[in-house]
Amino acid sequence: MNLVVMRLTIRALLGRRRSFMLFGISALLLAVAGLVRWGTGASITASAGTLQNFGLGTLVPVMCLLIGTGVIAPEIEDGSIVYLLAKPIPRRTIAFSKLAVALGTSLVFTVATMVAGVAIAGDQDWQLALALGTATALASIAYTAVFFAIAIVSRNPIIVGLIYALLWEGVLAGYIPGVKDVSIRQWALAPAERLLASHPTWNVTSDLGMTPALILLGIATVAAVFVAVQRLKTLPIKVSE
Amino acid sequence: MSTIELAGVSRWFGNVVAVNDVTMSIGPGVTGLLGPNGAGKTTLLSMMSGFLPPSAGTVTLDGVPIWRNPELYRRIGLVPEPEAMFDSMTGWDFVHANAELHLLPDPSAATRAALEAVDMMDSRDREIGKFSKGMKQRIKMATALVHEPEVLLLDEPFNGMDPRQRMHLLALLQRLGADGRTILFSSHILEEVEDVAGTIEVIVAGRQAASGDFRSIRRLMTERPHQYTIASANDRALAAAIIADGSADAVSLTTAGLEVQASDFGRFVEALPRIAQSTSISLFEVTPADESLESVFAYLVSR
Repeated sequence: MNLVVMRLTIRALLGRRRSFMLFGISALLLAVAGLVRWGTGASITASAGTLQNFGLGTLVPVMCLLIGTGVIAPEIEDGSIVYLLAKPIPRRTIAFSKLAVALGTSLVFTVATMVAGVAIAGDQDWQLALALGTATALASIAYTAVFFAIAIVSRNPIIVGLIYALLWEGVLAGYIPGVKDVSIRQWALAPAERLLASHPTWNVTSDLGMTPALILLGIATVAAVFVAVQRLKTLPIKVSE
Repeated sequence: MSTIELAGVSRWFGNVVAVNDVTMSIGPGVTGLLGPNGAGKTTLLSMMSGFLPPSAGTVTLDGVPIWRNPELYRRIGLVPEPEAMFDSMTGWDFVHANAELHLLPDPSAATRAALEAVDMMDSRDREIGKFSKGMKQRIKMATALVHEPEVLLLDEPFNGMDPRQRMHLLALLQRLGADGRTILFSSHILEEVEDVAGTIEVIVAGRQAASGDFRSIRRLMTERPHQYTIASANDRALAAAIIADGSADAVSLTTAGLEVQASDFGRFVEALPRIAQSTSISLFEVTPADESLESVFAYLVSR
């Protein structure tokens, strides 16, 4: 880790319009949670359904997309990444420093939003908040790593990331049986299902068992980090537009 | 004292060859990399600064390959062409961060020295995004100088500078070159290069077109056949007089006027008014037909 790279990354990430969008997305989820509570009288099943589908299925990946790409894609785009790369610091260290900032930011934003959302929409002794908070934390780590890798590999990281987040994770993984097994969202829900084993009516379910789900999450995260580091090591940059 | 060596270097992007079999050695002092836009200067600089692997050949600094070797950045300073920096930071903070990234023992002292060298200490607390193009260029220069590198690579450093800033940077480069540092800067303007560079490498269409000290290149450029288009009161009589005078190689009569080719630039320019006066033919228009830099470069390549 390099503290200067991390400091510059935090500054650039929070200084951009993206940070307003992050707060906006958080606010959107909390507003929807409020509507659900008002409309259903704090039904825990409705709360769990909304926060799983709209929260974990849609808004969490979008937030991770903004953060995971935001820590590096704009600098690659405008060429200012050169000032970080033309230094006697291993590229691996630069990648890890930026990823650490992204992971920290994602975890804070997504978990806080999810727990607050559950609290607003309806819960029982914080059990749903704990379960979905855990799932959100796990999903955030994997999503952020994947989007960070996409930001370095792709020239259009936002487009590629949105297609993956909304189409694959948001739509296909919700309904199509085969795709469900290859979805960060489903993997992350496995521990939540286990935590809520005594409340089957809340319908917090995953298609996979806990062990394979955690193994797959780990593999996806490590693979994404590996790809990101390798690609940054040989990222070709023309020092001109 | 450091030397960058390029040996048989080519670089292609898909089917496009950007740099074609270039071999050159850039040693201490100031070297100008001259060529028209799109000639491959930036691609060459990208390879020398370790941001692009050569497709063929080797790019080394004192025998060590530059590609995938971040340790070499202790010895290389880079002034890239794009303007983008961390625009929300102040000049001081940005240069200071660069000093820290270079792992310097006293980043504040290094920052101060670099900002003083580019004459930006007075504006150090303003945001980079609010600087003029010339000031941004100087901040970029400060980030490249902050670790006192042996090698300095600059891509079109004079773009957007006013004459005073240009003179200041020229003097700075000359001073650094005289210190024994290896300085390479690219430009598409001959006059820029001749003021400061001891050695010139000319690149045209990805190939090395000429190499050597400025005087020999200048001679190559001025001694080439020059084309003129002339409109006069009596083209036919003027053509006869020019041929009789012997200061031009060829004259052709066209509907647009006279087209003259002269290999001795100085002699023809001096002879033409004299001929016109002695024959009492009024000259309406004298236009150099191919004075664009591209045509000068194209001529060099064809030799």
